[in-house]
Amino acid sequence: MKFIRNAAKGLFVISLTVIMSACGNNADGDTKSSKEGLPTIAISGSTSVGPLAEKLAFKYEESNNVKIEINQIGSSAGITNAINGVSEIGMSSRDLKQEEIDKGLKETIIAYDGIVVVTHPTNKVKNLTLEQVKKIFTGKVTNWKELGGDDLEIVVVSREDGSGSRDAFQEIVDYSSGELVRSAIIASGNGNIKTTVAMNKHAVGFISFEYIDESISTIDIDGVQATAENVLQQQYKLARPFLFVHMDKGLTDAGQKFIDFILSPDGQVIVSETGAIPVNES
Amino acid sequence: MTSPPIEKHNIGNGKSNKRKYMLESLSSKLFLLCALLSVLSLLLIVGFVFYRGSHPFIAEGYSFFEFIFGVDWVPGEDKFGIFPMIVASIYATIGSLIIGVPIGLFTAIFLSEIAPKRVAKIISPAVQLLAGIPSVLYGVFGLAIIVPFLQNYLGLAKGQSLLAVIVVLAVMMLPTIVTVAETSIRAVPKTYREGSLALGASEIGTIFKVVVPAAKSGITAAIVLGLGRAIGETMAVILIAGNSLIVPTSLTDSIRPLTTNIALEMGYAAGVHQEMLFATGIVLFSFIMILNFVLAKISARGAN
Repeated sequence: MKFIRNAAKGLFVISLTVIMSACGNNADGDTKSSKEGLPTIAISGSTSVGPLAEKLAFKYEESNNVKIEINQIGSSAGITNAINGVSEIGMSSRDLKQEEIDKGLKETIIAYDGIVVVTHPTNKVKNLTLEQVKKIFTGKVTNWKELGGDDLEIVVVSREDGSGSRDAFQEIVDYSSGELVRSAIIASGNGNIKTTVAMNKHAVGFISFEYIDESISTIDIDGVQATAENVLQQQYKLARPFLFVHMDKGLTDAGQKFIDFILSPDGQVIVSETGAIPVNES
Repeated sequence: MTSPPIEKHNIGNGKSNKRKYMLESLSSKLFLLCALLSVLSLLLIVGFVFYRGSHPFIAEGYSFFEFIFGVDWVPGEDKFGIFPMIVASIYATIGSLIIGVPIGLFTAIFLSEIAPKRVAKIISPAVQLLAGIPSVLYGVFGLAIIVPFLQNYLGLAKGQSLLAVIVVLAVMMLPTIVTVAETSIRAVPKTYREGSLALGASEIGTIFKVVVPAAKSGITAAIVLGLGRAIGETMAVILIAGNSLIVPTSLTDSIRPLTTNIALEMGYAAGVHQEMLFATGIVLFSFIMILNFVLAKISARGAN
């Protein structure tokens, strides 16, 4: 048994090495080794903010002598790390709780994330409440006629389990993966959801803001249209802030400069490139 | 060694002989290395999948029985049951066999027995080209043509269904079935046909009573190979299956076969979720292994 486990471990290591050497980027290794001894900014937290933070860090490291380490471990874990000083900065895709603020955390909104419910253009339903959205996705409402539309069965389209957009959507609408109606079509990626919905009169799905176009019809939430402006004014409910949090006096110069960079026009361009909504949209 | 003139030329030339033998052993080692490479890849892949996939059951106390027979797949809530996917994979494969085997078999018979040479010359390459189309294009075709067709003409709420998967898989397995079956039918000795025809049997009677039974093992191999193609197909299926987590009860239900589950969620999965996807791979791998075993048995019987 032990031998088998060792052999399996060996195989695992070998295959990992093979994979690493196959996909490894030499330049990446070089920069890492040359950056030893540089000031390091430790960042941890939300897996939704993570990809954006990685891109920002990559750009920032190019022109600054600093090393940024990012760990995607979830919002709550990141906030705890920031409080305990394990990480200098925590990433969060939810608002801070009062007790977290009481412990001396400061937040900086670096971007917003907006999600829009979409239907086929012929669908007459144009406005829903969050409660109605929840009923649709948990299978409690199964016909558009109950929501003032035509007599058509509702076909729910969702992202795959583990997707950040799906997590965000479920968090805001307030239902769990287990509650999602079982017959829902699962499509991988925003584009896939859009084509599925665009081709089916029955369908309803959710996508990120940047995928909106004429092939689908967007749904207002509580009468508020899904626009970046409404998100910034905190009117539109299917949105959440991307936060960088840190202890009041826990921020180093390097950390402060990185946050300044993110809020600068250059940083915000990267924010909109990744599909998030910049904080200073004008 | 087989060509005497060279050997003659080399007599009394030790250096050149030595070099020749060295080259000989070097190239045989090179070939051995190449041969070992595929065995090594197999070992690595199998080892990796089994190591990662068995981990949750060995080290983390998940029940394998619940994994196979559980109907809930909710990674976020630590529920991993792949029963709906196993059923979906089996249904989709059987369904596509029901459509694909007769069509493939009749095509093979037509090409080898009935079709004039000119016609066969057009159809045969067409069938082989079908095998060369990347599977994702089958998926796009299914999504753009078959899914809307089912929606519009059968009045379904969603065209992404078991039926769509079956249709696409049936087309995808055609080239495999046709090529292998055609070869085995062509291999039936001409004397069989001549004997049957001489006894007064009709041409169609000869084909179904003499030729096809004689080519039985080759045709079975064709079917098993087609089956393997169907059960392992991922890219085409992911676009048209709907990927819903239900045990399918009708042809119009959307389904999530085993392959799709892995491809769909591997991108975001981490920890136990990822290991469970590897475990799904083990189940899939076992299916393929069983198929290969059956295939080996069939070819062994054919050889006798």
